[in-house]
Amino acid sequence: MTEIMNIIIELSDEIYFNLIKEERYMAFVKGLGLSLQLTLFAAVIGGIIGLFIALARLTHNKTLNYIATKYIDIIRGTPVVVQLLIIYFAVFSSTSLPRTTVASIAFGINSGAYVAELIRAGIQAVDKGQMEAARSLGLSYSQAMYYIIIPQAIKNILPGMGNEVITLWKETAIAGFIGLDDLMRAADVVRGRTFSNYTPYLVIAIIYFYITVLMTMMLGKLERRMRKSD
Amino acid sequence: MIKVVDLYKSFGSLEVLKGINNEIRKGEVVCVIGPSGSGKSTFLRCLNLLEEPTSGEVYIDGVSLTEHKKDINKLRQKVGMVFQQFNLFPHMTVMENITLAPVKLKGMSKEQAMEKAVALLRKVGLTDKDNEYPNKLSGGQKQRVAIARALAMDPEVMLFDEPTSALDPEMVGEVLNVMKQLANDGMTMVVVTHEMGFAREVGDRILFMDEGIIAEENTPEELFSNPKNERTQSFLSKVL
Ligand SMILES: Nc1ncnc2c1ncn2[C@@H]1O[C@H](COP(=O)(O)OP(=O)(O)O)[C@@H](O)[C@H]1O
Ligand SMILES: [Mg+2]
Repeated sequence: MTEIMNIIIELSDEIYFNLIKEERYMAFVKGLGLSLQLTLFAAVIGGIIGLFIALARLTHNKTLNYIATKYIDIIRGTPVVVQLLIIYFAVFSSTSLPRTTVASIAFGINSGAYVAELIRAGIQAVDKGQMEAARSLGLSYSQAMYYIIIPQAIKNILPGMGNEVITLWKETAIAGFIGLDDLMRAADVVRGRTFSNYTPYLVIAIIYFYITVLMTMMLGKLERRMRKSD
Repeated sequence: MIKVVDLYKSFGSLEVLKGINNEIRKGEVVCVIGPSGSGKSTFLRCLNLLEEPTSGEVYIDGVSLTEHKKDINKLRQKVGMVFQQFNLFPHMTVMENITLAPVKLKGMSKEQAMEKAVALLRKVGLTDKDNEYPNKLSGGQKQRVAIARALAMDPEVMLFDEPTSALDPEMVGEVLNVMKQLANDGMTMVVVTHEMGFAREVGDRILFMDEGIIAEENTPEELFSNPKNERTQSFLSKVL
């Protein structure tokens, strides 16, 4: 009995010190906000970069093709943290851009490589006969892409895009490396004050997890709606 | 109308067309028969440059396709094509499938194009399907929409690549009837087909293709009842 009582007391102490005292929950709330913001901006930037890289890979222009392929190889072949630090210290060191912007761009550049492959695969999964039928009517290559191929490819691409956003959400946990106060950093800061063993990390693990669950649910809903229109 | 001169086509080291010469006149219905793999589809697809010839020339109304690659989109408007697998645009309604090209390429207004589409759908025997999506249609209906879609561009010639081969047997007739009517209206047609009855009845001329060449060509009466080439004989004995 006393065992259980002790655990409960200890737990409520932990909660009090790590969340309530000195309004420490605010650190987590602010961190959550920043992490969500980074995810959103990076997803938008990644989407745009990804579209252009995918189109560059699909053209028959050798130079564009080469650049796009190398971009994808390099991004996929190096750790995100390293990319983030290089972009922060080397590329943006002389600009006065806010760190949040730099991080969004870095994560966007990273995500763009993965999105590009998703888009390329989604476009290539559209039946070859669709392009042929469009061209046989006299549509140009770009018209065929725009009116016929891309609308169909979007259905193939969307689920992967959702997963990419979820991946980004978790990857932004390294934003602290360039001094941003994201959710991960909030845990470090609080732990520095309370000297708790692991409670702050448990708190953010729970937050990361439930946001992921929420995103997965939204994605499922979207996919079901798309399937209905088939 | 269409003139083919010394047409060769290879895929890598595989030589598929080995010197095709032919001329298709205005209003003529030419049926192309022959064993599978003999190059019939490739031949047909060279006629609108869906496949690029390795060498040789294809002329449409005297204009060489290979020398005018820049104008290919314009030239293709003169040549309608119907595919074995229909290739309707699944994200568009029947009406949108038919009106897309005329509106985007011929500068037709939506209303004009829709009016025309309704007339074409009546012609191919489909009314009140305007707002259906292709996946709600039977195979025979899909193929008739595909024919209407090609006709909407007012082509001078129509190419058919085994238009009934993907259909359930009970739907073959409805598509062949539409094609027959089209032929009666004077449309120039090149039809790759396994429907020997159709070729015999509707064709003005039959090309028998084998191993990348036109091994024999003649009127249907002559070719079917009195084939000269040994391979034609053996092919016909298998399919008739
Ligand atoms: N895009 C292609 N790439 C490589 N080989 C092809 C391609 N298209 C057709 N072929 C080959 O060319 C030959 C003729 O094909 P095809 O013209 O489709 O014959 P048919 O229509 O008479 O059955 C076949 O051996 C086929 O495998
Ligand atoms: Mg074929």
